[in-house]
Amino acid sequence: MIQPPSHFDERRPPITPQLAVRVAILGAFAFALFAIIFFRLWFLQVLSGDQYLAKANENRVREIAIPAPRGVIVDDQGRQLVSNRRAEAIQIDPQNLPPSGPRRQALYRRLGAILALAPQRIAHEVFIKTDPRHGLPYAAVTLTTDAALPVYNYVAEHQAELDNAVQITPVFTRDYPRGDLAAQLFGTVGQISPQELKDTVHYRGVRLGTIVGQDGIERAYDHYLRGQNGAERVQIDALGNPKGTVSTTPPAQGQRLKLSLDLGMERAAQDALGQAVANSTGDAGGAVAIDPRTGAIVAMASYPSFDPNIFSKPLSQSVYDQLSKQQPAPLINRAIGGVYPTGSTMKPITATAALGTPKASFTPGYTVDDAGCVTISKRQFCNAGKAVNGSVDLQNAIRVSSDVYFYTVGALLNPIAGEPLQTWMHKLGLGNPSGIDVAGESNGLVPDRAWRAHINDVQVACARRYGPHSLHCFTAGGAPLFSDGRPWAVGDNVNLAVGQGDLEASPLQMAVAYSALQNGGTVVTPHLGVQIEDNQGAVVQQLDVPPTRHVNLPAGEDVIRAGLHDATSQPGGTSYDVFNNFPVPVYGKTGTAQRPPHNDQSWFLCWVDAGQTPKPHGPLVVAVTIENGGFGAQAAAPAARLILSKWVGTPGQFVVGSSKTL
Amino acid sequence: MSANLIQRSLEDATRPSVRLTLRFDWSLLAAVGGLVTCSLVVIDGATQNAVAGSPHYYTVRQAGACAVGAVLMILVSRIDYSRLREWKYGIYALMLGPIVLVLALGGLTRGSKRWISFPFFQYQPSEIGKLLLVLSISAFVVDRSRRLRERETTTRTMLLALVPAMLVFLQPDLGSGLVYLGIALMVLFVAGTSYRHFLGLFALAGVALALVLAVAPAVGVSVIKPYQLARLTAFLHPSQNPASQGYQQAQSEIAIGAGQRTGRGQTNDTQTRLNFLPDNHTDFVFAVVGERFGFVGASLVLSLFALLIWRGLRILTLAKNLYGTLVAGGIVAMLLFQVIVNAGMTVGVMPITGVPLPLMSYGPSSVLTTFLAAGILQSIYVQGREAAANKGRISVLG
Repeated sequence: MIQPPSHFDERRPPITPQLAVRVAILGAFAFALFAIIFFRLWFLQVLSGDQYLAKANENRVREIAIPAPRGVIVDDQGRQLVSNRRAEAIQIDPQNLPPSGPRRQALYRRLGAILALAPQRIAHEVFIKTDPRHGLPYAAVTLTTDAALPVYNYVAEHQAELDNAVQITPVFTRDYPRGDLAAQLFGTVGQISPQELKDTVHYRGVRLGTIVGQDGIERAYDHYLRGQNGAERVQIDALGNPKGTVSTTPPAQGQRLKLSLDLGMERAAQDALGQAVANSTGDAGGAVAIDPRTGAIVAMASYPSFDPNIFSKPLSQSVYDQLSKQQPAPLINRAIGGVYPTGSTMKPITATAALGTPKASFTPGYTVDDAGCVTISKRQFCNAGKAVNGSVDLQNAIRVSSDVYFYTVGALLNPIAGEPLQTWMHKLGLGNPSGIDVAGESNGLVPDRAWRAHINDVQVACARRYGPHSLHCFTAGGAPLFSDGRPWAVGDNVNLAVGQGDLEASPLQMAVAYSALQNGGTVVTPHLGVQIEDNQGAVVQQLDVPPTRHVNLPAGEDVIRAGLHDATSQPGGTSYDVFNNFPVPVYGKTGTAQRPPHNDQSWFLCWVDAGQTPKPHGPLVVAVTIENGGFGAQAAAPAARLILSKWVGTPGQFVVGSSKTL
Repeated sequence: MSANLIQRSLEDATRPSVRLTLRFDWSLLAAVGGLVTCSLVVIDGATQNAVAGSPHYYTVRQAGACAVGAVLMILVSRIDYSRLREWKYGIYALMLGPIVLVLALGGLTRGSKRWISFPFFQYQPSEIGKLLLVLSISAFVVDRSRRLRERETTTRTMLLALVPAMLVFLQPDLGSGLVYLGIALMVLFVAGTSYRHFLGLFALAGVALALVLAVAPAVGVSVIKPYQLARLTAFLHPSQNPASQGYQQAQSEIAIGAGQRTGRGQTNDTQTRLNFLPDNHTDFVFAVVGERFGFVGASLVLSLFALLIWRGLRILTLAKNLYGTLVAGGIVAMLLFQVIVNAGMTVGVMPITGVPLPLMSYGPSSVLTTFLAAGILQSIYVQGREAAANKGRISVLG
């Protein structure tokens, strides 16, 4: 860098050697420093320029999601059951909140006054929604989606005074035009939760802040309904101020989901439950109507119901508590989530098991002399009111619902290897989830020897772990919680044969079992979703639901059907007076399940075959259960008649039966 | 320094001028002109939206400072710098007074008191102080040129620099304070101080640093402000905390890197335009160059600085007397230190200090100082060439 002066002037004294050395050192030093900067520049700009360019672009562009409206849910005729409503949400942006302290409290007070919310409520909402344990730390907290127009205008015009922490965001909320109809089926939607983000089956590829279905149909078909959020790519400066839009991707609405549900039938089912409760001692209930050929659910109702539109707004804890804790709770879908002993509606299944067990040597001609009571293993089992039915064969036993007959059958099947009664119940779909496409289904319980041994073990293990008086294992009165420790007894099978004892089944499971009796052995998979359509209604995908299994019904099954028909159509039949003058043959069975400490559970299971009068209709299996409803003929059977009336096209009439059988 | 050179310089300084020439070191002039041009282009691009309604606000002011600076540079280049040696006490006082004054009543800007506000610009005494220190301290060293081997000479010289350096530290302006010390070291180095003295000085500095950074905080005395320490060490871990001190440096590196080979141009320089780059017309102006003009532009600017430094060192060897040699050395130190520290800071190899990039960063004080320094270098060159050409008889204006 430094050379001795080339045009060195002789007349001028040369610089001293010492200075020359030091200038050379300085030159070398300066050269080295410049070289470092040069190489660093080379590294940054030439070698790693691409990465830094990417970072610069990342810096300047923020993606703002444009929420996609979810897909519409329609019934089998294309009538809307769930649609969307556009709303403006007033939200708090946690990232712009002033630090906690007087300023933040002042903001909450101000906002509370505008929105008519308690400041503590706002603080609580923000805390809960942004706490990493419950919510998402940076996601906006929605305070309201339905404030009046002047409120929106006020908030929009006073952004700065509200510390820019309050934003107005267009959102789509779910709209339920049918009010409380089928309310338990649809489920709720909401921002994806931290847990759901980890769920790669249901929510793969869903981004933070997306609205997803969180239970019910919304969750089961979320993949189709969700749609594709659009994005506005906004250029921002260092302070986060938007400086114009770079590009916009429009949102794509989710696909339309067509259900097998029929709006008219659904309404009929809901009304039938309401009438059954109103005209009986019952207070809650569930009903399901399915097509026995396919398992398609035509109606599914639960009483009491609620208006799901309340979930479209931020829900206060008190309203939620009311919905979930109120007795009877409206949020429970009793058609699939309510499991109860079934009472006599189990008898056709018991009969099928007996006919299907060669070692039992049971035939339709098997006759029992029903004297009102029978003693089995030193214990007396009686009909309701110790009614005497005389000598009955299978067909008559079903018609009059003879308990003594089926107690005897239960005892007959108990010693046979392979637990034939339980095995047949399982084959027909009891004790297992039915595989319906919405969550909330209970498994139910078919008690057997292994189960009893298991709960005995549980009780012993619990007492050993927590002590002989622990409330983990015993009631306050000292009774064991899980099991009294007795082994399996013939009485258990006797009770099971008439749908009593430890048995639990849901209306849907019973409907599936009766479908198999109706259709000749096909155990269908019940389902609500039928097809996926685009927004013009064109079919995108047919949702084929194959049956769960096929069982070969034993010889003599036609006698069971005949018995079920007699029960509704012959004098002495348990629902004869309910279905008297009904224009279509009905195959039905009442049930009255003892369910201490509750009142009796009223059941009715029935079907109609396909027919042309009064109007053309397909086959339909209907299951109705009414909690605390009393005898089957009192509440459930009249409700089922109302549902069938709608199906076959005859005027509905709530006809209470007089049968006092179990 | 040899005795005969010092004698010559004494003779030269007292000899009356005979002839006026318009000699210039044209390379130096080209470097200065080139840098000023780059500065105006870059500042104009970077500050379009800085002042609402006045897109050329900073450009006009910088250009004004450059015009005044250019006139001063030409005037100074016609003066025999050697005269200044006689006024060393006055110059030293002129340096120290305003620095003390600014500490006492300077306007408050970002927690640092660095300016004295005038109607049209804020006068930053620590900037011109750099040059004044060069002029005065060189004179002191020339006076003691026969006693350079004595430790006392080194000590006194360093103390002379340490006083303004400490005052500038207190403003607080760490970077400028270090420039003062760098100037003193360079003057001593060029004068020929023994290497052993430098070793001693560095050892002393090491002990002082240990005291300031480790011992003083331990006993509860805060010599260096926490933000200064954070800034100084941020370059060691730039990406760890992009939200705070490392942020500026990270953004600067992104800006420079994103410029790639040929730059992103006037409309695409998002780091600058969207203010991701902090202080983009002052301390981080080199990053603006890097983003907008890429490796090509940054290299050009860096090359102009290299030319400037090279001419400084060259003029150092051409000086007609020891005073000129030392002044040139001091000016080279002042420029080199600022260029390397500032450019190094923007590319992430140096700590963040408030040192401007000479002639490039917006700031009238800095621009005027650098122009004056360039004028004095020209003067040394002119005087040196005149002395050589005229067998020692040189022209002096005024």
